[in-house]
Amino acid sequence: MIISNLEFLPDQKVTRHIGLVQGSSVRSKHVGRDVMAGLKNIFGGELVGYTELLQDSRVEATERMIEQARSIGADAVLNVRFSTSSITAGAAEIFVYGTAVELADHG
Amino acid sequence: MGSFIVFVVLLLTGMIFGKIAETRHLKSIIKREQQLNRLPAVASRYPPSGEGVPNYQQLLVTGNVVIASDYFKTFLSGLINIFGGRVTPFESLLDRGRREALLRMKESADAVNADLVFNVKYHTATIQQTGKGAIEVLAYGTALIPKPMLTAKA
Repeated sequence: MIISNLEFLPDQKVTRHIGLVQGSSVRSKHVGRDVMAGLKNIFGGELVGYTELLQDSRVEATERMIEQARSIGADAVLNVRFSTSSITAGAAEIFVYGTAVELADHG
Repeated sequence: MGSFIVFVVLLLTGMIFGKIAETRHLKSIIKREQQLNRLPAVASRYPPSGEGVPNYQQLLVTGNVVIASDYFKTFLSGLINIFGGRVTPFESLLDRGRREALLRMKESADAVNADLVFNVKYHTATIQQTGKGAIEVLAYGTALIPKPMLTAKA
């Protein structure tokens, strides 16, 4: 499965557009992390816990998208985009979407 | 009186530690940017093609960072909000966030020996409640990795 944020693949031909596929993941950190983050708001600096949380969340959302693409027989997902929205104070939703396509040269 | 002292202490802590954190971060960003200068990241949507361009394999690469403002910056931006104008304390925060995210993206592209990163997009989101000032920046793009030269297809 090829995942790309280009609208086409340079050396491959798209034979069929299957449709939009998407994956999402909502996660939150335990309270301890939130307290640490609150402290960081005084000192400034990177919130490593949140960086990892969002990265893991993004990987999971992408996996769900790939799963959906596979189930409808796609070879690649093109023009992939990421979006984030915070739901409550401690949780964020990560949303990934793209166009599932079929390629001439199945690979 | 007690709460005023706490406020002043927080303000000073934020000012000192925030400044140290910012200076150190900027220094590290500049150093790593110089190291990764050889790997261009461009926003163009069309990858190079034609004569002499190697065959590329592609991979989606991402880099993200969550970065927090300090107490002093948050307070200062609150003041600026009253009078209006450029909120410079947050401008520098966002600048560092963007550059860090791009660097992390480039680092993951470099790890797979990419030549360049294409169609780079930024995505910024505030996390936590507003007024606290923590942002997430995500940079993503398509890394082009040169394939060993294939024999030309008929």
